[in-house]
Amino acid sequence: MPELNEFLIVGAVLFCISAAGIFLNRKNLLIILMCIELMLLSVNMNFIAFSYFNADLAGQVFVFFILTVAAAESAIGLAILIILFRNKYSINVDDIDTMKG
Amino acid sequence: MIKITFYLFSLILIFAASRVITIKNPVHAALFLVLAFFSSAAIWLILQAEFLAMVLILVYVGAVMVLFLFVLMMLNVNFDTLREGFVRHLPLAAFVGAVILLEMVLVVGTWHHALPTEVATGSNTAALGSVLYTEYVYPFEIAAAILLVAMIAAIALTMRPHTRSKYQKPEQQVRVRREDRIRIIKD
Amino acid sequence: MQNISLAIVLVPLFGAIIAGLFPVSRRVAHSVTIGGVGLSFFLSIYVFYKVILLGEGTFNQTLYTWLEVGAIKFEIGFMVDSLTAMMMLVVTFVSWMVHIYTVGYMRDDPGYNRFFSYISLFTFAMLMLVMSNNFMQLFFGWEAVGLVSYLLIGFWFTRESAIYANLKAFLVNRVGDFGFILGIAAVLMTFNSLNYVEVFNQADQHKDAVMQIIPGLDWSVMTVICILLFIGAMGKSAQFPLHVWLPDSMEGPTPISALIHAATMVTAGIFMVARMSPLFELSTTALSFVMVIGAITALFMGLLGLVQNDIKRVVAYSTLSQLGYMTVALGASAYAAGVFHLMTHAFFKALLFLGAGSVIIAMHHEQDMRKMGGLKKYLPITYWTALIGSLALIGFPGFSGFFSKDAIIEATHQAYEAERAGAGFAYYSVLLGVFITALYSFRMFFLTFHGKERMDEHTRSHLHESPKVVTIPLILLAIPSVIIGMLTIEPMLFGEYFKGVIAHNPFNPENYHGVIGFIGHGLLQPPFWLAMAGVGTAYYLYMKAPQIPEQITYRCNMFHKILLDKYGFDRFNDWFFAGGTRKIGNGLWKIGDIKIIEGIVNGIAKMVLWLSSVIRHTQTGLLYHYAFAMILGLAVLLGIFVFGAKL
Repeated sequence: MPELNEFLIVGAVLFCISAAGIFLNRKNLLIILMCIELMLLSVNMNFIAFSYFNADLAGQVFVFFILTVAAAESAIGLAILIILFRNKYSINVDDIDTMKG
Repeated sequence: MIKITFYLFSLILIFAASRVITIKNPVHAALFLVLAFFSSAAIWLILQAEFLAMVLILVYVGAVMVLFLFVLMMLNVNFDTLREGFVRHLPLAAFVGAVILLEMVLVVGTWHHALPTEVATGSNTAALGSVLYTEYVYPFEIAAAILLVAMIAAIALTMRPHTRSKYQKPEQQVRVRREDRIRIIKD
Repeated sequence: MQNISLAIVLVPLFGAIIAGLFPVSRRVAHSVTIGGVGLSFFLSIYVFYKVILLGEGTFNQTLYTWLEVGAIKFEIGFMVDSLTAMMMLVVTFVSWMVHIYTVGYMRDDPGYNRFFSYISLFTFAMLMLVMSNNFMQLFFGWEAVGLVSYLLIGFWFTRESAIYANLKAFLVNRVGDFGFILGIAAVLMTFNSLNYVEVFNQADQHKDAVMQIIPGLDWSVMTVICILLFIGAMGKSAQFPLHVWLPDSMEGPTPISALIHAATMVTAGIFMVARMSPLFELSTTALSFVMVIGAITALFMGLLGLVQNDIKRVVAYSTLSQLGYMTVALGASAYAAGVFHLMTHAFFKALLFLGAGSVIIAMHHEQDMRKMGGLKKYLPITYWTALIGSLALIGFPGFSGFFSKDAIIEATHQAYEAERAGAGFAYYSVLLGVFITALYSFRMFFLTFHGKERMDEHTRSHLHESPKVVTIPLILLAIPSVIIGMLTIEPMLFGEYFKGVIAHNPFNPENYHGVIGFIGHGLLQPPFWLAMAGVGTAYYLYMKAPQIPEQITYRCNMFHKILLDKYGFDRFNDWFFAGGTRKIGNGLWKIGDIKIIEGIVNGIAKMVLWLSSVIRHTQTGLLYHYAFAMILGLAVLLGIFVFGAKL
């Protein structure tokens, strides 16, 4: 059986890849959303690893809720994306700067 | 044996994840994301979280990723322009990612945790369900409400008034008067 | 006893609340307040009977602890001794008379209920003042009577002059009260207590104590305390140079002038000094100061009465002058004589004021004496009572004022012979004052009641005696004005009435041979002849040869002008204090407020504006900038977490 820290390192690598992905694809909103899904996945990985090693089901319950919320989030995120595209004919992040100070 | 399985799936997972962020075609990126989900589900199985592994595949691969692909294909986006500056940002992104990774590995790498003394027996799904419907029943209800709200929100955001479709307006039908319907031409 | 004293104080307050805060009819308003003060009066008689005549001795009890800070206690309590009992009788009696008189005087005034509420409130405040057993409650009563005085002077608040007068009274009293509260603070600092008995018991221990207010200068603690307390008395009792508010206070309705500005409130200062006699007795410096101030007031304020034409103002200046007499008596250590004069003066001055009010009613609110004259046949009761009041005021033998004033002059003479500082000046001032008092009193008397009828035809046809509610108080006040002196001189001055209450009594009982003897002795003394000379001069100048005063006015134009100008005090105050304060305020407004404070405030606002215009550039609105910032923050936090622990 692998050690706990091996699972955690896999989670950390996953997190860093997705963080770097946000910078690399800084224009494509769709990929950014995918990266967020990956980040959540890495967090879930940690939760489940701790849940197993502590023999506590609470960790899995949390993952369950995170999955729920993440699904809702991606649904709304995609809906927003569609409206954005409808209004601007683009999903380029550079075009979304209405909040500029 | 388990270790080898774990390393195998971990490598697939990391490979798939790095392809998600580097590949040109977003459709391929989505497919690699599916692969990533699959391999992490396998890792979760190693950790005896069978129910969540199944949920991950069913909900994410079956629903969310399909939604992503739908959107990708529905929108007529020129993805090439969106990749501008990819190479330019590569060093910075790699640097930041490496720094965080280094730090995280330094934090968690030294952790050692004894294996659980008692290994869970019986169905993981049943155990999770018994916790979920007792101790976490209120958060569970709230999660349900969040899903409902998300659904309504997604519909409300994307729905356009359909001008061409025909439909009834009951309130006007009820309010109708005789003069609106018939005209007496001659007594 | 405790309940009775509480009732004496609270019943007038109850009446004031009913009349002032509830929409009651006029009849209810005056019934409640007159009944309340009447009840207080009768209870005061009962208390007097018990404390003095039955010889139960001093009643002293703390009823309620209001506040306790460390060792300092602020309490509400009553002390009834012979001095308090006498003051209670005087205050409630005069106040009661004034209440009744007001029913007639204020009949047509729209502020009828308000007026009754105020005068009842005043009675409450004054009783709190005199019955207090500690400095804090004394100060409460002190300020409360000041407040009511302010309200009553400005009773006709639509008149500009009334508003000016009440503001002036209030501000001048503030000056005095400032000294007073400093004095109380000094008492608290020195004795660590505010209770009279505790303070007086310790007084001897601090006789030679010194303090340094200005570094390097040793001042006797007692002198500082006494002079500060006396400054309070100067404000309330209108002593030079804080006298300026009293003549102006005549803007209030006449009953008020009688009650507050002649009989009771202004005597609060005299009462207070007499109450503090164990302290004052320890500082001859303070006593000399008191005596000189009193003498200046007695003489120079009397002079001003000579040139006034407003009937109420003449009485007002005579009040100032008589207050000066009382203060001289206090300064000469003859506290008993001062309090004795306070009592007799309360009756005859209230009588004179109410008489003047009766004249004013008859003249349809005309107050100028030059438009009066020959009123004797129209107002017989007013005439006779005014004559009694005037005779009492000038000290005609047998009348109450004679005994008290003679006692004061005698005491001053003794102080003079004992070579106290300032006593010589005081002695000649009060002697000369007797002549001047007689002169202005009878000038007023002759101008008003005798001689040619100088009013217009319309007024003359409506002249008639005032109604019963006005004349009955006059008669009731005239009786004590005549007899109170001979009844009380023996116990108060030569007997043991004030024993244990007032620290020092210069009068030797062995020199006293009954009332007749005192009168006989008085007939041979200069004050009597001076008074007679004053009356004679007045008769000659204003009845026989009215052209002479005009010539004197013409010849001594300069002097006359100074008198009319009231020695220029008002102008000086207006120019120096009021004008100076306004200039300072203006300067602070223009420099301190506009330039400095607004500069800081506006500067901060401008800086925020500038800073935000710079900082807003960090808000690009681009998603990945924010994400980058978050990730960077995460990296830094992790860095601190990882490496910070190792450092």
